Amino acid sequence: MEVLLAIIIGILYAAGIYMMLRRSLVKLIIGIILLGNGANLLIFLLGRITEGAPPIIPGESKVFLEAYADPVPQALILTAIVISFGLQSFAIILVKRAHKVVKTDDLDEMNATDEDS
Amino acid sequence: MTQQLILYPLLLQLLLAILLMFFWKRIGAQRVISILGSIVHLGVSIGVFAYIWNNGTQTVQAGSWEAPFGITFIADTFAITMVLLTSIAGLAVSIFSAGSVISDRLRFGYFPIFHFLLLGLTGAFLTGDIFNLYVWFEIIIISSFVLITIGGEKAQLEGAVKYFTLNFLASMIFLTAIAVLYGLTGSLNMADLANKVAAVENRALVEITAILFLIGFGIKSAVFPLYFWLPASYHTPPSAVSAIFGGLLTKVGVYALIRVFTLIFVEDVFLDQILLVLAIFTLFSGALGALVQNNIRKVFSYLIICHIGYMIIGLGMFTEVAIAGAIFYLVHDILVKTNLFMVSGLIYRIKGSNSLRALGGFYAQYPKLSLLMFIPLFSLVGIPPLSGFWPKISLITASFDTGSYWSLAAIIFASFITLVVIAKLWAEVFWKDAQEIPVKPKFRYYHKIKKIKRIQIIVPIVFLSMVTLYVGFGAEHIQTLAARIASELIDNQLYIDAVLNTQISE
Repeated sequence: MEVLLAIIIGILYAAGIYMMLRRSLVKLIIGIILLGNGANLLIFLLGRITEGAPPIIPGESKVFLEAYADPVPQALILTAIVISFGLQSFAIILVKRAHKVVKTDDLDEMNATDEDS
Repeated sequence: MTQQLILYPLLLQLLLAILLMFFWKRIGAQRVISILGSIVHLGVSIGVFAYIWNNGTQTVQAGSWEAPFGITFIADTFAITMVLLTSIAGLAVSIFSAGSVISDRLRFGYFPIFHFLLLGLTGAFLTGDIFNLYVWFEIIIISSFVLITIGGEKAQLEGAVKYFTLNFLASMIFLTAIAVLYGLTGSLNMADLANKVAAVENRALVEITAILFLIGFGIKSAVFPLYFWLPASYHTPPSAVSAIFGGLLTKVGVYALIRVFTLIFVEDVFLDQILLVLAIFTLFSGALGALVQNNIRKVFSYLIICHIGYMIIGLGMFTEVAIAGAIFYLVHDILVKTNLFMVSGLIYRIKGSNSLRALGGFYAQYPKLSLLMFIPLFSLVGIPPLSGFWPKISLITASFDTGSYWSLAAIIFASFITLVVIAKLWAEVFWKDAQEIPVKPKFRYYHKIKKIKRIQIIVPIVFLSMVTLYVGFGAEHIQTLAARIASELIDNQLYIDAVLNTQISE
């Protein structure tokens, strides 16, 4: 399971960065989404995957007796998902707006900011 | 009550931002609330600063979850100094925004977002939890995305696409670094991490994590070779927005770098070497970039990059004197850079242009304003006794102490080029004969706007110039402050003890 996840994370990072390096604005957004998901899966993987052991202390004892799934990474991922959702929706609107104003989706033609003024 | 004292600056900003949202369409009310709120915030920050100065580091464990399990807020001298500087710069920019940002922009929630940005900055300085730091960074960048795009001009949107992409990438690299660090240590509390990272067997992986942090924060603080988004975007929004970005946004990256590399990843010769090399290149490339620009705000953008180098070089040398120099420079730089972007806004408001070639004759037409602008411009160069001079003494002393002559050369070279750039700017804008600038029919020139607006534009520049003069002439006080911060940073055991041995009081 860990190996499979590690490979998937690698692919997501690679594909995300590859897409971000393309010149098209839409591919940029796809890259952002892939990269965000890759990072979330990485947190999940590095929090150690423990199957079928919820972090609940049985009624008769006061401490954990056996291995349990760490709940912290899941809380982190939840936060990170919400944040990247917000950022992605902002990115989509920004790109739509930029496309409307600049009238191109080629990043190479967006050079008004480098003009001498 | 004093237990939660350090949270007051944070909560006050949150309250202000929420309050302002209730006045969404009423920009007149927003202006008043923002300025009054910022004044109160400055008062509170000074109060908390005085308390920390007298009583030492304070911590708050959120929800009384004992460290390292809960989220810790900690105010040591460094953090609270940054909070104080944020509220000084925040007040100045708040007044400046009320006068200079046009109401078409204010109508789209400028002030609430502005205070969310300050909230994020305050939170980032006060938190003692690495994941919480990530969340505050996200609040900062989301607010900054809105501020940079508000108005929706062509150049702004193009700048925003670049700014967004690089900052998103930085956040993801930061998040990746946190994930690896959590995998290595199973902790997120920075004090706890400091203990646990030192005990990790796999040093290679620790080093890689440190590099990931360096890249993540490096993009945010515009260190060579990761700075290209900055000159492409900082000159596009209104100058009030540039002022707060230039003054504080890159500095929060520097703050995070200093915090992480003095607390968690310490005593690593390899990393210090990398930091030094990056700092030297940052100084060179920023300085040379500033030399060839024609737009005032682009000149200042490159100077931001250049002067980030001074702070990183201090961190790279990693002696108490060097870090004191870096901290002093940080204090000076926040005040001066915020002020300079406001000055560029004032010039734009008066002349309708920011091009060095088109401008001229400022000194002949506005001698008093020119004198006012002289203060931030030449403080930046560091003509003694103005504020930029003193931190360089510490940095140069430190580079002799550590025998790092390349750093010495870079420091002197960059400050020489800064002098050349500012002298060129002074000659072009102030001394050259006035040029013909085509009049923009719809543009609201300085002499056409109401008197109250003019006051709102001038007052913050005067205010920050006064603070800068204080930093220059009262350098002794700032030096004491910087030395105390540096000794606290070098002896990180104080920070660790403050977090982990806190008694929970009910």
